[in-house]
Amino acid sequence: MSKIIAVIDYGMGNLRSVSKAVEHVAQPADRVYVTDDPALILSADRVVFPGQGAARDCMAAISDHHLNQAVLEAARNKPFLGICMGLQVLMGFSEENGGTRLLGLLEGEVRRFPSGMEHAGQRLKIPQMGWNQVHQAGDHPLWRGIPDATRFYFVHSYFVVPKDRDLMVGTTEYGVSFTSAISRDNLFATQFHPEKSAAAGLKLLENFVRWEI
Amino acid sequence: MLSKRVIPCLDVDAGRVVKGVKFVDIRDAGDPVEVARRYNEEGADEITFLDITASSDDRDTIVHVVEKVAGEVFIPLTVGGGIRSVEDVRRMLNAGADKVAINTAAVFNPEFVRQATEKFGSQCIVVAIDAKQVSAAGEPLKWEIFTHGGRKPTGLDAIAWARRMADYGAGEILLTSMDRDGTKIGFDLALTRAICEAVDIPVIASGGVGNLQHLVDGVLAGGADAVLAASIFHFAEYSIGEAKRYMAERGVEVRL
Repeated sequence: MSKIIAVIDYGMGNLRSVSKAVEHVAQPADRVYVTDDPALILSADRVVFPGQGAARDCMAAISDHHLNQAVLEAARNKPFLGICMGLQVLMGFSEENGGTRLLGLLEGEVRRFPSGMEHAGQRLKIPQMGWNQVHQAGDHPLWRGIPDATRFYFVHSYFVVPKDRDLMVGTTEYGVSFTSAISRDNLFATQFHPEKSAAAGLKLLENFVRWEI
Repeated sequence: MLSKRVIPCLDVDAGRVVKGVKFVDIRDAGDPVEVARRYNEEGADEITFLDITASSDDRDTIVHVVEKVAGEVFIPLTVGGGIRSVEDVRRMLNAGADKVAINTAAVFNPEFVRQATEKFGSQCIVVAIDAKQVSAAGEPLKWEIFTHGGRKPTGLDAIAWARRMADYGAGEILLTSMDRDGTKIGFDLALTRAICEAVDIPVIASGGVGNLQHLVDGVLAGGADAVLAASIFHFAEYSIGEAKRYMAERGVEVRL
């Protein structure tokens, strides 16, 4: 059966690779729309919420596109995949830009990697850029077929700290151990970029487009 | 922990991989889409395209190449060569590039780097630095920025320049030793280490790779976050998978 997958476009970052990767794994009959139309987002069967850039710019862009309500509602009642900033803005508050209030769907905050971190005698660069392991915390349908500790592609300087530790479904080590994937009911969100993570990323996206809540 | 990245680089001229023409045993090694697909299957962590198209009439071809590759190869793609304006950056990102490398234009107009990072975010702006040793034997080591393929000196000290580009918001540095480029005798490790220690952003070492030990040295002795090579992968002397296994056996954390 044909499904509509909406990729939310609020002007923060290039969504071509996200939409191409989702199309790559979707069923032939599925339709993938890159959209900022709240009505289309609300009527879609699944929603992908990407994003990159600074927290304040992202929040301003979501608000300028009148997407706050549509994002929150979609994140509460249909298969919803947040990616990178699309994970961070779901939290309550970010340290970025001198303190930025976020959408507040989930309790918790977004913190910057501390400077001066080291690993095995080498200084850790910020942003973290490259492939790091995601340690799966328990089973989740979106991890199906993906071995524990598989590497995914990350580009970020900030990470989420959810108040409810039960939301954590993936953790990653980079100087500190941080939450790299969260889930609640119909919601799944990753700090890494599945659309840039080769076969493992495509597998996660495929699991998402087939995910039955 | 974060792994060290292995990045094959493709020189593209008018839409064709230039160094691929000698590749006789593959149907169309000159097609960048096909080469990119193969590198992805072998486990490349990213792919860099360097557009060396001389004629401005053919410059749009790289945009089409990026569009095609981005539609089927789902790892990070970087495009460099001839990026001179915010509009050039936008075109490459819209075509599906994840990062854009700015080289000569940064030297002539450093503010361009600041504008580009403010507009599109640090994560997608790489500053390419072409450096050459200018100190004589016995003097303290010193490297200078050169443009035009290493022919024109700029008077800019490489370490100070790297720091300045990081301050302007560059998300990463692609460091090429013009002394070593094409020599196959290994990276300039002293240069690599000096730049890696000078900045907090990731550094990709480039120029001089002739064997797999050179890749290991770039990481362990040079301190690089990523290593870039063209010819050793291109002429199928080594596959990316072989390179990564070799590195892993010598204590470098890589994605296998």
